[in-house]
Amino acid sequence: MESERTGHLNQEGQRDYTGSKMGMWLFLYTEFLLFGGLFLLYAVYRTRYVEQFHTAAASFDTGLGAINTVVLITSSLTMAFAVSAVRKGDRRRSVSALFLTILFGMGFLVIKFFEWKAKITLGLFPGAVEMFQLPQGEVIFYSLYYVMTGIHGLHVMIGVLVLVGMMFLLVRKKITEKDFIKIENAGLYWHLVDIVWIYLFPFFYLLT
Amino acid sequence: MEDEKRSDSLQSSFYASHGKFRGIFSWIFSTDHKRIGLLYLCSILSFFIVGVTLGLLMRLELFAPGQTIMNAGTYNSLFSLHGIVMIFLFIIPAINASFGNFFLPLQIGARDVAFPRINLLSWYFYMTAGILAIATLFAPGGPPDAGWTFYTPYSIITTTSISLAAFAAFIVGFSSILTGLNFITTIHRLRAPGMKWFRMPLFVWSIYATSWVQILATPVLAITLLMLIFERMFGVGFFDPSKGGDPLMFQHLFWIYSHPAVYVMILPAMGVISEIIPVFSRRTIFGYKAIAFSSMSIAGFGYVVWGHHMFTSGMSETARWLFSLLTFLVAIPSGIKVFNWVATLYRGSITLGTPLLYSLSFIFLFSIGGLSGLMNAAVATNVHIHDTYFIVAHFHYVMFGGAGFAFFAALHYWFPKMTGRLYDETTAKIGWLTVFVGFNVLYFPMFILGWRGMPRRYFDYPLEFTNANMISTIGSWILATGIMIMLVNLVFSSMRGRNAGNNPWGGTTLEWQVSSPPPLHNFREIPEISRGPYDFS
Repeated sequence: MESERTGHLNQEGQRDYTGSKMGMWLFLYTEFLLFGGLFLLYAVYRTRYVEQFHTAAASFDTGLGAINTVVLITSSLTMAFAVSAVRKGDRRRSVSALFLTILFGMGFLVIKFFEWKAKITLGLFPGAVEMFQLPQGEVIFYSLYYVMTGIHGLHVMIGVLVLVGMMFLLVRKKITEKDFIKIENAGLYWHLVDIVWIYLFPFFYLLT
Repeated sequence: MEDEKRSDSLQSSFYASHGKFRGIFSWIFSTDHKRIGLLYLCSILSFFIVGVTLGLLMRLELFAPGQTIMNAGTYNSLFSLHGIVMIFLFIIPAINASFGNFFLPLQIGARDVAFPRINLLSWYFYMTAGILAIATLFAPGGPPDAGWTFYTPYSIITTTSISLAAFAAFIVGFSSILTGLNFITTIHRLRAPGMKWFRMPLFVWSIYATSWVQILATPVLAITLLMLIFERMFGVGFFDPSKGGDPLMFQHLFWIYSHPAVYVMILPAMGVISEIIPVFSRRTIFGYKAIAFSSMSIAGFGYVVWGHHMFTSGMSETARWLFSLLTFLVAIPSGIKVFNWVATLYRGSITLGTPLLYSLSFIFLFSIGGLSGLMNAAVATNVHIHDTYFIVAHFHYVMFGGAGFAFFAALHYWFPKMTGRLYDETTAKIGWLTVFVGFNVLYFPMFILGWRGMPRRYFDYPLEFTNANMISTIGSWILATGIMIMLVNLVFSSMRGRNAGNNPWGGTTLEWQVSSPPPLHNFREIPEISRGPYDFS
């Protein structure tokens, strides 16, 4: 369709790199605000149930949390490699860096899965009988944990899917050193996922 | 002769270039901002008619005291759905998504929006949400009955399909966010050469302010509704006191979005009025910068006043007077606009066309709505009128009398540009008069009812409120008749109207410089802009 061609182009008919990036940043703001609602709840309930948040947080395995943090930060590094490789025209290296990023992302999810499973076997999940015997502050803490890491995990999954799509586009030469905005925006999204985790980690593991 | 000219202009317009698809697919797969704008316009009008029908049924129930045509439960569902449909599906996207899409690129001298495919995607989100919202009518458990505000704890306990309705509102949020980021990028990146910020038409300014509110507020609603759904599905307990949660947190989070959303509804409306008044009084707008900045400052203030919805919910005394004070401050930029519009009219050579009639009614009704808003904003009065019909009257005066009338004004003002035809002026004026009279007969008695203590959201009332309720219901019939006259006139004129020519009103903004209806790529050559938007000299 003709109008489609004008889409990502500016008035002079060139690709509008700045415009695409601006759109992505605006989208990232909305993501921050989405998590912002949850952080707000966390802050309010933390001040209300100081003691109980301490006790509940102590039951978390800081080791696993730290490993996951390292995994995710490293994935951000490989993501940055993938972007800069494309910009230098090395699509092959970019594909392998993306592949590593996807592996790290899935590794993060696997570790997260075992952490969730450990808690669920103990009967610590919303709706469980064991939860009702806990003090209210701890119930809220665990619920916040599931909702916040759950929504974050969902973002990791979406991120992985997006990166798979990027690999596909790289292989099909739809992303080149002249037109790399898609992978760059995907990278921005991946870094967002990373940075949210950097806040989640201390909130649930370190602040005991 | 005239018909020939018209078929010429149609053949060179965007209606003729349907791309690679035919029939309806040339619309629902089109990425042309004009087609998407019309898609939005038709779907928005359809949901508007659904909302009007629900409202008429509610008024019918209230015609006489006691149960007349429905029971309390049905009435609860009706006012909930009326709110959900009217707010999320009609008034939030009303002007912004339809006229914004159609005219924003035209007014800044662009060929399309920055992300045409995302634009189409946002319409699909909107339609999905609309269908889900209507589907709640037939869902097991019945339509939602917790009001459009979904207040906890009732929204957690009730067995009606709250989750589905909340999910619909969640989806429509996506549509709103995507439209917002698309428009901001478009305004930053695609203005014609020479179109400096202060040469943009004021409608563009208002869309710009609206888009920021959409982007910065909607995600908070999204997460709140998601938490409500989790609450109902898994019992996470954030808003449930028995699990350590706090229902007040829901109210806070809800209004952190939903108050700014009020400005998503009214700002584009103010933009429309700022376009129509200079054109119909043949004078440049008075206080251009003041109007532009007041749009931005209304958007800014909008974030910090949400607490005024919760004066009686339980809040510290400090929070109350602070929210009250901040709410009063919103009146300043709103007042700036009203005074500037009136100053523009002063000593202008006024043509009393239908768009201007709707605009003048906007100023009148919005002023009543706005001033009654100040009464709500004062903490002491608020305690007296909270949750009464006074509030219902207030927000219908600002939302319907304000945003709704501006939507009708825009519908008439831009009708010739969108269809290439003129509507029938006499019928349009009869329609306007009926709508205006009906509106006031319908909503003004509610001020009195509320002041005398009739609470909102009940299907029944004590005998002493009978007369005012009866008058109000009669008003609803007049209003509905008026809307019907208006819509029938427009539909009929879009098929049979006289040829409009390119610029029937003598407008000076860019959309009037192209043919009607506009060609596919809007401008043969992107114009160079060397002066302000309202130069009538």
